[in-house]
Amino acid sequence: MHYTVCDFLLDLVQNSIEAAANRIQLSIIEEDGQLRLTIEDNGKGMDETTLQRVQDPFFTDGIKHRRRKVGLGIPFVVQAVEQTGGDFTLSSQTGKGTILSFTFPAGHLDTPPLGDLPGLFLSAFCFDGDYELIIRRRNQERELDYSLSRSELHAVLGDFTDAGALVLARQYLESQEA
Amino acid sequence: MAKMTLDQLRKLREETKGEMTRRETEGKEIQVIVGMGTCGIAAGAKDAFEAIVKAVDEHKITANVVIRQTGCMGLCHVEPTVEVIVPGMPATIYGKVDAAIAADIVRKHLVDRKLVSGHIYDRPAIDIVNK
Repeated sequence: MHYTVCDFLLDLVQNSIEAAANRIQLSIIEEDGQLRLTIEDNGKGMDETTLQRVQDPFFTDGIKHRRRKVGLGIPFVVQAVEQTGGDFTLSSQTGKGTILSFTFPAGHLDTPPLGDLPGLFLSAFCFDGDYELIIRRRNQERELDYSLSRSELHAVLGDFTDAGALVLARQYLESQEA
Repeated sequence: MAKMTLDQLRKLREETKGEMTRRETEGKEIQVIVGMGTCGIAAGAKDAFEAIVKAVDEHKITANVVIRQTGCMGLCHVEPTVEVIVPGMPATIYGKVDAAIAADIVRKHLVDRKLVSGHIYDRPAIDIVNK
């Protein structure tokens, strides 16, 4: 299976949640022939030494899995960006959070497909934890422009572990992309 | 499809909730946990997750089932993985769960209380159990 952009993003959202962020902002913007993606969190951030190593697939902080020796989320993104001539920036401050941005040229043959956005949003909202996730989505060509908030959806639907709520959430998220 | 508003979503939720409240007295006893680490996502865990949500809803067992996501369970070689915890049955981790197997797990394990053979794998790897 080939990765989609949504797969990358789900990995990165999990990174933010695991970094104890209680506010995460994700933006997915398609305009002027570019796909621009940004994820910003107020989690524990990374020091300079860690920052220099995050692109190494054989580096992980070891917090989640003590003996695990790989961390593939960011290296996969960097690899895809390099293959397409896109851009990648990562900045982080210990105790303040992390901002990760990457851009793909939409028309490049190796730019991964966007994938299932409603599925990504649903999964990103469903991890355990008390975090707010704000999603900003824009597609110039399709005149799409909307925002989503995990806490707002939570207030309407209640428990995200409930299949009934998840089915309705999926319908709602699909309708935003229609 | 017309764009749904939060108010419309709230109304839909209230309609289905009335039906659920009658069954909620028993509490949610069954847990289904989908491994959504990098390995799981690459192998199609999102399809398995959605198939489980759909099947639980179709079998009308929503009131008794908690569906959750977690990171890597340590069984990267048999992703996507799904752990199922049903009272009175052994906690089971299924591997290589595509959408069809996920629907099977809901029907056989959650509804009929029978294990789904051919997809049962061991408990998570030592690095997770020992932490």
